[in-house]
Amino acid sequence: MAGLGSHKTVETSAGQMTFIQAIQSAMRDEMERDESVIVMGEDVGVKGGVFGATAGLHKQFGGLRVIDTPLAESSIAGVAIGAAINGMRPVAEMQFADFIHPAFNQIVSEAAKMRYRTNNDFSVPMVIRAPFGGGVHGALYHSQSVEAFFAHVPGLKVVIPSTPYDAKGLLISAIRDPDPVLFFEHKKAYRLIKGEVPEGENYTVPIGRARVARQGNHMSVFAYGLMVHYCVQAAEEMAKEGHSVEVIDLRTVRPLDRQAIKSSVEKTGKALIVYEANRTLGVGAEVSALIAEECFEYLDGPVLRLGGPDVPAMPFSAPMENFFMPNPEKIYKAMRQLAAY
Amino acid sequence: MKLVKPEVAPEIEAATLREMYRSMLLARMVDERCWLLNRGGKAPFVISCQGQEGAQVGSVFALDRGQDWFAPYYRDLAVVLALGETPRDILLSVMGKAGEPNSGARQMPSHFGSRRLRIISQGSSVGTQALHAVGTALASRSRGEAAVSISYVGEGGTSQGDYHEAMNFASVHRLPVIFFVENNNYAISVPLNLQMAVQDVAVRAAGYNMPGVVVDGQDVPEVYRVTKEAADRARAGDGPSLIEAKVHRFTSHSSDDDQRVYRPEAEIKQEAQEDCLPRFRDHLFEEGALTQEQETALRTELRKQIDDATQAAEDAPYPAPEEALLHVYGQEPPSLDDLRGEPRVTWDVD
Repeated sequence: MAGLGSHKTVETSAGQMTFIQAIQSAMRDEMERDESVIVMGEDVGVKGGVFGATAGLHKQFGGLRVIDTPLAESSIAGVAIGAAINGMRPVAEMQFADFIHPAFNQIVSEAAKMRYRTNNDFSVPMVIRAPFGGGVHGALYHSQSVEAFFAHVPGLKVVIPSTPYDAKGLLISAIRDPDPVLFFEHKKAYRLIKGEVPEGENYTVPIGRARVARQGNHMSVFAYGLMVHYCVQAAEEMAKEGHSVEVIDLRTVRPLDRQAIKSSVEKTGKALIVYEANRTLGVGAEVSALIAEECFEYLDGPVLRLGGPDVPAMPFSAPMENFFMPNPEKIYKAMRQLAAY
Repeated sequence: MKLVKPEVAPEIEAATLREMYRSMLLARMVDERCWLLNRGGKAPFVISCQGQEGAQVGSVFALDRGQDWFAPYYRDLAVVLALGETPRDILLSVMGKAGEPNSGARQMPSHFGSRRLRIISQGSSVGTQALHAVGTALASRSRGEAAVSISYVGEGGTSQGDYHEAMNFASVHRLPVIFFVENNNYAISVPLNLQMAVQDVAVRAAGYNMPGVVVDGQDVPEVYRVTKEAADRARAGDGPSLIEAKVHRFTSHSSDDDQRVYRPEAEIKQEAQEDCLPRFRDHLFEEGALTQEQETALRTELRKQIDDATQAAEDAPYPAPEEALLHVYGQEPPSLDDLRGEPRVTWDVD
């Protein structure tokens, strides 16, 4: 994965950071603030991660706090759980979300249930970070969107930021959270997306709260991660034709910000959910069920979903990869379809 | 892998030997009570420690109960009683009553856990706890503490990938961990020769560059000695060890199993002759650490304690049904009703 693994310095203007710099900055700030914060994963040490998310941390904090682990994902999650039980705040990196599956049992059977199964005696304050999503020629095993597997599980929180500001603020919140948080970072956003991040300021963004990415009145479009940016682009095209589209960045897919979803749909009467994961039984299914059950009398049209196709994963070859990925054109088309109802 | 047993048994004070015997006997008697309750329809599920108490108690007493971390598995009743759980805790657990301390009566019995006693909570997924022991050891070392973490497992659990990942991680980072295997030759019905292609789990330690020893689990002082050695090595910064205690399983896997279907009758009878409990008792008699009168009095005392605990558990209320909604997260949701499975009806029905 040479193309994904190279991490050149990205030029940004003052106050601006790339998405990945915001991630780095959150971990550095929290490690400086709290000695119990440790980072662990494959290649996170001297190399600084295959994407560079942990660049510089090993040099600054040493090998006892920035730990290169063996290539065994279940042990990354399981050891992090044990460390969290015994007073640490581990930030564990799965090199790609696609490789989180060997750790599924530790995350779902152990971390997620620890507080519940001990009647609040134990807790697992742990973050698992993982790059997800496609559009970088990563093919079947470096492009997956795995959030739905974990969003199904009570006891877990699943956070997926779209902007550098939110990435930093939400990652700090995740590290300070008393429960296990899965933190998915869209790998195409790492260097593509830049934005304002207050310099030297320690701030948090609350987990479980959506954000209005673009105000509008005629329809509500719900998305997270890279898709938020694509939805805003498509909404701008719609605006040229007089359609006012509201884009809601969910930011957290478990727990969902039910109130934000309902408020927007009650205002616009129409809803589209856009996500890159396989369409069936994804986050779109839950958002759409929530709207159907609780916003029925406000609806002026069917609730639509635009997702990735129901094929096992994203192919390598560029035309097939583009076929899989939702993009501004496909989103614009779906918006037009909903507007026409 | 057989160790040369030293001529002289390890120095253990008479009072400690008595305390060890008390823990073993208490575990056996509590376990027997649980089966009675099961057969009487008052305990839906029982899974036993019987036959393995010696290995369990011998190992616990070799450790520092004031600071070490314990990751038991479901047979480790004697481990948790030696650490401070009580007969009342266990009886509340088998009856699923309110106030059950391991899980608030959420988990099946014998899924132990207590932050106060540093007993790491376990689920039912076998072998996962080894990684948690490694993680607690990583944290202890990060803070410069001398605590050791011990992970218990049956020989079947050592087939899990997690178990090998745990041994590898602990050894790479030279963490203060003891991998303690209670090999009773059966994983439910699957015998050792279908579980692994080696005679001794302990040989696997070599693949992870750590010491691995086999010990007779019926020989309590010897279990104590080898565990103490492993703990000393761990505290000195010399990394993890694997101890394999050869033990016997006197009962079926659980109250839902019948081992007569898959075990030779002669084997079951033979193993009953090798019970760790009378053997350790006789050792104490020989050492002058215990008299017959003291032993009889101890049984009477423990019987009374277990009778009282049984009565207390029978009298205890069940948890309120809605307690099932609590403690999913550290911060409860704005409304617990958000967690309910019923339809969200916002209109008048009648």
